Amino acid sequence: MSDNESENETLMALKAELGDQALEELGEEKVVSMYKDMVRIRRFEDQAGRAYQQKKVKGFCHLYTGQEACAVGAINALRDDDNVIAAYREHGHALARGLDPDRVMAELFGKAAGVTNGKGGSMHLFNVDKNFYGGWAIVGGHLPVAAGMAFATEYRDLDEVTMCFFGEGSIHQGVFHEAANMAEVYDLPVVFVIEDNRYAMGTELSRVSAVTDLKKKAKAYDMKAFGADGQDMFDVWSTSKDAVDYARNESRPALIHLDTYRYKGHSMTDPATYRDKDEVADEQRRDPIQRMSNWLVDQEIMADDDLSEIDEAAKEMASDAVDFADQADFPDLDSLTDDVYVDWPWEIR
Amino acid sequence: MSREITYRQALNEALFEEMHRDEDVFLMGEEVAEYDGAYKVSKGLLDEFGSDRVIDTPIAEAGFSGIGIGAAMMETRPVIEMMTFNFAILALDQILNNAAKLRSMSGGQLSCPIVIRGPGGAGGALGATHSQSLEAQYAHVPGLKVMMPSTPADAKGMLKTAIRDPDPVIFIESEVMYNFTGEAPDADEEYTIPVGSADIKREGSDCTVVTWSRVYHDAVDACETLEEEYDIDVDLVDLRSIRPFDKETIAESVKKTNRVVVVEEGWPHASVGSSISSWISRELFDFLDAPVGRVHQRDVPMPYAFNLEAESLPQAEDVVEAVKEATYYSF
Ligand SMILES: Cc1ncc(C[n+]2csc(CCOP(=O)(O)OP(=O)(O)O)c2C)c(N)n1
Repeated sequence: MSDNESENETLMALKAELGDQALEELGEEKVVSMYKDMVRIRRFEDQAGRAYQQKKVKGFCHLYTGQEACAVGAINALRDDDNVIAAYREHGHALARGLDPDRVMAELFGKAAGVTNGKGGSMHLFNVDKNFYGGWAIVGGHLPVAAGMAFATEYRDLDEVTMCFFGEGSIHQGVFHEAANMAEVYDLPVVFVIEDNRYAMGTELSRVSAVTDLKKKAKAYDMKAFGADGQDMFDVWSTSKDAVDYARNESRPALIHLDTYRYKGHSMTDPATYRDKDEVADEQRRDPIQRMSNWLVDQEIMADDDLSEIDEAAKEMASDAVDFADQADFPDLDSLTDDVYVDWPWEIR
Repeated sequence: MSREITYRQALNEALFEEMHRDEDVFLMGEEVAEYDGAYKVSKGLLDEFGSDRVIDTPIAEAGFSGIGIGAAMMETRPVIEMMTFNFAILALDQILNNAAKLRSMSGGQLSCPIVIRGPGGAGGALGATHSQSLEAQYAHVPGLKVMMPSTPADAKGMLKTAIRDPDPVIFIESEVMYNFTGEAPDADEEYTIPVGSADIKREGSDCTVVTWSRVYHDAVDACETLEEEYDIDVDLVDLRSIRPFDKETIAESVKKTNRVVVVEEGWPHASVGSSISSWISRELFDFLDAPVGRVHQRDVPMPYAFNLEAESLPQAEDVVEAVKEATYYSF
């Protein structure tokens, strides 16, 4: 890609027919609101990264920048009563699921007003009212838990689906294989969503994986597998819809492979020297937000001004979230022993 | 002692030297090769020894620790890096059921000279799943040895010992300590530190403090406060190995001071601190003028909020208070 080519010329197009499908099935307003969600996630992460540099957010903080279409496309294929569970790179899933950005940011700041009262932090966001079940930071640890959630809904004859997000690096854990097998054996309506951003920390998939076409992993368990361009919101949505419908109607598990990319380091402390700038620039040719922006303009749904307005609103949402988090209080020291048990006979020392 | 190095560099040197000394030593784990280690402990090892001996793995702790155990059984000398010991929980079956039992279960036919190493303990706002002091899991198990150095000089000498040891050694470092500096012998000065030897890092006659790993440094701060503000001189025992632990050194110290406080980073119940306290109470009862004091983390999962994290972890002031209590200072 030469420097004087403009972004738009080199940008890859979305799958247009899926855009038409989305317009027809979801309507223009919903499509625009999904687009807004992606922009909000990106601006939220900008602020989270900034706050980390200012040491207002600490510990491990994994930004979702670049992967927005995955969470937004997939979660919008769900009903509100379906269940979502994710790994530690989950700010985006939380926002896409409708969690209050103020309270998510407050959680990152370790404040009492955070979604888990400051107990969980960036990697452990929960909001059960929104059927958002975390925020899990041990790689692969939540995969059988997701199957268990599906077990429970199945057990109670509910027709809810559980959607479980994780990175491609997690697929090498034994629990992936244990969970996949049992999900199939017990007919569990769980959708496993691999967000394949190519790198697990600094490790590119092919260096440690005998199989790089991860859809093949489903075959070993006779599980139905789907795949989509993770940088194409419509493709993610449409594919997820097929998988979710299948899981719900057949009461069976499904696997979705999303080909995506993270723009930032693995976490805020990773300089990402294992890949060069050209690679990142090349990947940005399929930027999920830019591609949608172009599509919206092409379809004459939005003008450039409208897009700027959306971006401004997203920036404001994110900086408001920071203000809220800044002003919120740290938890009371007494709350240290809250919520360890319902009832506990010893003094907790 | 003529140079200052970091804890990280000390470990790095130990790995370099041992890999040069013995071709059977290899290093395996997540991000150890091309990334130079998640905490850069293995920096430069890939360049020096190549990808046959410095091996990146997928995220599969049970699997690659098992590979290490199998290879150790065949008389190689694997060093398995756990990105942190929170993730070694996934490998506990391999470590407890296989590595620890191999020699005994095979009637002495087989050995398992493996080192499983990496950081443990609290790292700083890492939350409940990533800030745990889990040494008790290993200290509990016959067949394992457990080492937890607190200074760069110890880290180097102890890791070299661990790698040469014929039995499985769990070697727990600390994210927080990697950047700590300390005096160490010159680079070309060969030394090792035996398993199960404690080190009296500060001499005093009023009270013994037994500690290990990161909180040793809080204990040092506490000793200074105790001396300056209360005129209490602490005999500070850095345990270094927690299985086996150095009973003689503790006994000698307690016989001198007649008071003791055990300081650990982790939870209080069924912990290494509780085990050592119990041993002292039984074996040294006649020499004690006060109940064995204990300082430990609060008995809760680690909260993320910064103020709660500090409240949860043992602090130097807690050590000061515990020593004052053991020496009846307040009365
Ligand atoms: C069991 C376990 N081992 C190691 C880690 C450290 N770790 C955190 S994230 C990560 C990489 C995971 O990559 P991937 O699953 O692809 O997700 P991504 O970060 O790319 O979203 C590693 C090794 C961990 N959290 N848990």
